[in-house]
Amino acid sequence: MGRKLLLEHINVPGINTFDVYRQNGGYRALEKALKTMSSDDIVEEVKKSGLRGRGGAGFPTGMKWSFLAKPEGKARYLVCNADESEPGTFKDRYLMTYIPHLLVEGMIVSSFALGANTSYIYVRGEMMPQIRILEKAIAEAKAAGFLGKNILGSGFDHEVYVQPGGGAYICGEETALIESLEGKRGNPRIKPPFPAISGLYNCPTVVNNVETIAAVVPIVNDSGDEYAKLGIGRSTGTKLISASGNLNKPGVYEIELGVSVEEFIYSDEYCGGIANGKRLKAVVAGGSSVPILPANLILKTANGENRLMTYESLAEGGFATGTMLGSGGFVAFDEDQCIVRNTWNFSRFYHHESCGQCSPCREGTGWMEKVLHRLEYGHGKLSDIDLLVDVSKKIEGNTICPLGDAAAWPVASAIRHFRDEFEWHVTNPKEAMERNFGLAHYADPLPKPEPELSQN
Amino acid sequence: MLNIAQPEEVTFSPELITRFNEIVTRYPEGKQKSALLPILHLVQAEFGWVSAPAMDKVAEYLHIKSIEVYEVATFYTMFFLKPLGKHVLEVCRTGPCCLVGAEKIMKYIEQKLGVKEGEVTPDGLFSWRGVECLAACGMGPVLQIGPEYKFHENLTEAKIDELIDSLRLTTADKPQIS
Repeated sequence: MGRKLLLEHINVPGINTFDVYRQNGGYRALEKALKTMSSDDIVEEVKKSGLRGRGGAGFPTGMKWSFLAKPEGKARYLVCNADESEPGTFKDRYLMTYIPHLLVEGMIVSSFALGANTSYIYVRGEMMPQIRILEKAIAEAKAAGFLGKNILGSGFDHEVYVQPGGGAYICGEETALIESLEGKRGNPRIKPPFPAISGLYNCPTVVNNVETIAAVVPIVNDSGDEYAKLGIGRSTGTKLISASGNLNKPGVYEIELGVSVEEFIYSDEYCGGIANGKRLKAVVAGGSSVPILPANLILKTANGENRLMTYESLAEGGFATGTMLGSGGFVAFDEDQCIVRNTWNFSRFYHHESCGQCSPCREGTGWMEKVLHRLEYGHGKLSDIDLLVDVSKKIEGNTICPLGDAAAWPVASAIRHFRDEFEWHVTNPKEAMERNFGLAHYADPLPKPEPELSQN
Repeated sequence: MLNIAQPEEVTFSPELITRFNEIVTRYPEGKQKSALLPILHLVQAEFGWVSAPAMDKVAEYLHIKSIEVYEVATFYTMFFLKPLGKHVLEVCRTGPCCLVGAEKIMKYIEQKLGVKEGEVTPDGLFSWRGVECLAACGMGPVLQIGPEYKFHENLTEAKIDELIDSLRLTTADKPQIS
């Protein structure tokens, strides 16, 4: 069993309430921080922990915090990014639903470290039930004296507010989120200036993912060094993985970074193998934006080493043969799934969600959707495949925010690894409408998984 | 927005205004525009959709221009700019849900309700539409129903039958458009 830091008490009945959370060691980090630590001490612990942003980019959190400008007489803000919208990702919903006080405690401790007297949790609007849960948790924390004026006699004042979004994937991008929180369309801003200098209301702002802020609690409790002992290399600590698709046990799992992909998919502790006795065809390992990999390349790197659930191991081989850990949205495809159809589906998503500011993204995502639609529905030409690669290349790197890249990568990687399936859609259009291409040469090369294999 | 019949006038109840007032206190002075999204959600929960006169009223309340409300309401997909059924079934149509049968579920709902995506059933009770990823991929297929946005997970045809039947029975009600 891997060590759990965030979900250690998730099965305790009533852990969503203040009293039970408190009885299980909750708000210990807040007491420790406000009574015995300076804000610099906390930033130092977070730096030592090696914690990296859990929303997808994986940027070192301590470093992000240390960039925050501190001009005299100007408010600073912490904004929690709970706009969880990356297809395949549902860990933040889980955390907010079942252990909301962990996020509230993390918000207060992190705000103390950053010197922010007001913080906002920006929750996607569809998560109205989670918004109510958080509002209740905040009211409970306030009643206990952990929010408000002069918390625990420390002289630190703090209020946390919950803000609903309106249904827009782009608001997960931090500057779009800030725009949205200001009551505007979610159009990403041109950077610089970065939010650390000029963010919410033109004040210095840190935007962190739900899981990142929650992880500050065990870091303050146990120290950054202890946290850094978990994991491998620069992938320290634990990570929530959202597992979905054709798995026996989809759900949210807290893993110690470094578990092998094979163990994660096949062991009973985690996903319990592919559903309905089928074979694995492909995996999107870190949310829809990251490159899709065929089964053979997700289980082992091109060098034949076991692929591990770490930022580095998943990226091994670059985009030629690797992918990214991203947000930890782990989507498994069984042998009956159609890669062309899924790629069309993802392209439609990005076209729908493009904010429209940058032409390469606004137009390009629409072209890719159209071309993929005709490939999937039997009207494609062989030249369409290279056309898609060409369009994706012209979007990538040519937009204000990463949505362009996020739209380009799934298309480029699907063609890179499953080109024969795209060609088959063109050469056998009628057949492609009736049945799927199947596994071909990129199939999961392993025989029926045996438990001892995962011990390697 | 232009082709939709709009109500002559919209009135916000004192209770609604009280809730607006509370929301505005969450932001620094002069930054009341931040309250726009939470307020639009309340307006939609009250009236079933966001009409042009309602948006004008919101603009007036927040001391901003009407266009600032229109541009926001048209950008975010959760706001309905025309009246829909009393219950709007929003089914996730993105990749991970499709791997576990979301497309079949949408077809079944279409056939069961007898109306196409975005239309309203003749009794005014139901609409349905596909929406993008609802961040519940491990429980797919999923759908949500506002204004509470209760989630219905691991959908099957039997569960859809049950859900629609139970919604038909709840008839207590305020009119859709006031």
